[in-house]
Amino acid sequence: MAAPDVLAPALKQYPVIPILQRGAMAASKPYAASDKMNEALGFPGKLVDDWQAKAIGKMGELLGKYRSFKVYLDACVHCGACTDKCHYFLGTGDPKNMPVARQDLVRKVYRRYFTLAGKVFPKLVGAEDLTESVLDDWYKYFNQCSECRRCSVYCPYGIDTAEITMAAKEIMDSIGMGQKYTNEIIGKVHKLGNNLGLPGPALRNTLETMEEEVKEDTGLDVRFPVDEQGAEVLVVVPSADFFAEPHVYSLIGYAKVFHAAGIRWTFSSHASEAGNFGLFIGNYEQMRKIAVRVREAALELGVKRIVVGECGHAWRVAYSFWNTLIGPFDWLDARYPVPQHICELTYDLIRRGAIQFDREKNDHRVVTFHDSCNVARGSGMGGIPGGQFILPREIIRAACNHFHDMAPETIRQHTFCCGGGGGLLTDELLDLRVKGALPRMEALKQVVDAYGVNFMAAICAICKAQFSKVLPYYKFDMEMIGGVHQLVGDAIRLGRND
Amino acid sequence: MAIEVGGKTYETDEEGYLVNLADWTEELGGEIAKSENVEMSPNHWEVVNFLREYYNEYQIAPAVRVLTKAIGKKLGADKGNSKYLYELFPYGPAKQACKIAGLPKPTGCV
Repeated sequence: MAAPDVLAPALKQYPVIPILQRGAMAASKPYAASDKMNEALGFPGKLVDDWQAKAIGKMGELLGKYRSFKVYLDACVHCGACTDKCHYFLGTGDPKNMPVARQDLVRKVYRRYFTLAGKVFPKLVGAEDLTESVLDDWYKYFNQCSECRRCSVYCPYGIDTAEITMAAKEIMDSIGMGQKYTNEIIGKVHKLGNNLGLPGPALRNTLETMEEEVKEDTGLDVRFPVDEQGAEVLVVVPSADFFAEPHVYSLIGYAKVFHAAGIRWTFSSHASEAGNFGLFIGNYEQMRKIAVRVREAALELGVKRIVVGECGHAWRVAYSFWNTLIGPFDWLDARYPVPQHICELTYDLIRRGAIQFDREKNDHRVVTFHDSCNVARGSGMGGIPGGQFILPREIIRAACNHFHDMAPETIRQHTFCCGGGGGLLTDELLDLRVKGALPRMEALKQVVDAYGVNFMAAICAICKAQFSKVLPYYKFDMEMIGGVHQLVGDAIRLGRND
Repeated sequence: MAIEVGGKTYETDEEGYLVNLADWTEELGGEIAKSENVEMSPNHWEVVNFLREYYNEYQIAPAVRVLTKAIGKKLGADKGNSKYLYELFPYGPAKQACKIAGLPKPTGCV
């Protein structure tokens, strides 16, 4: 494979702040999007001639549009609380991966062109021109931030550092410096309705195969319906759930839950994707366009509820932004959360006794739970404080006998990113991804050693794909990662409602 | 980027995936496999051929369960699982086998 050299750092017994290695990741950058991919999203195909003026103009536009962006650029006092909170810094030692240093790549340009002191005495206030080398740093180091917002949790000023990364990406897109992985995928959603580029007939063929498989396994007609008019629930999932392992086991889990509870549900071939990479590139219009497909599908099918599957950033977009993007939802059933997470649906059924488990079916597993960043720090669940941490764990406990949490400073709102979020889940960044997974791997190692944990559950397709790939670099089995609804699917009692 | 076979040059993307799917021949597939350090056996070819057939019909590579099911039917139930496919294509059946089959790389959270 023409993959880059990939080097996994050694797992330490306890986390240590690395010795600085200047420029350690200066060669890391993702492939550029082709002209065609950029233009399909309305961006310039390649770097425009007057890129400097255009970029500064775009920055000005964003400063005017998003008050938060300006506040975050002004508020930082360089206290350093964030420096050792980033998994990419901890895994690489590159000082530009300290969140404050990464933000300063934008902040110094902001100072130069938008503050009086920076215009008059640039050197005194750390202001710098937007030169080619600064732009080059932007492309490299904003593509080494997964927008996980762990550093924001520790910032005394509450600076949402991900918003700065998103702004930088939006500026770069506006001058023709799009990134291939994200922009190619967004183009596919606009065209075919999902990140994979799975056309309708392939989706139907895949779901028929799933029905056959589950029938062979259980003897039951568990359905995987698509485009079914009059269903009560529209389910939107990351398209990886149709395609990849271990994702597909959660898909089977969802279907079994609906089967056991007797709820009429459907996928949509028009909106066959929960993910929304518009968020990753900070582009409101792309985000809206992707979200609109879900609204169109729901109205077309006449559903009363919309349920989101195991996808971290999809849930953040749905929970935090759908109402503005595609609301109001007065046409949906107000007795249920709008939108509803699959964990909320399953948890509710468990509490009402509508589904039951044979927990011993998961007895070969000792389970831990990896909180995915966009769920942990960007959303809620169940209408209770911390519900996004409580519900998935309660579901696991209902379906499994053996559960152990990882160290408290690595879970819940303090959770470490898997290392592949924010539009970085691409092969040419594998070295970065492996290194960025280090803090999570160290926390995992502790519970593996202490309790014999052999399964890490997550509710995010990126986390699942990322861990499948990087676990072997740390001498763990790639099958250790799976979904919460994989555990549900393996232990749920079926046999009713046929 | 490009790959050379039999004195002819074929265009590939940055990662070595063929740009024009119609360029593909078995010889070219074999050459890509070499650059991936994959030694092609008849079972490798079964997978590659199935990927191409499926792609011709559906314009996308098959989902992993569709693939394992089909391979299980062709090569025996004990081989219809992704563990076996990883033995054949260590970098991952979806990406590496698609590359050898001259198909585009699957995108998304996979």
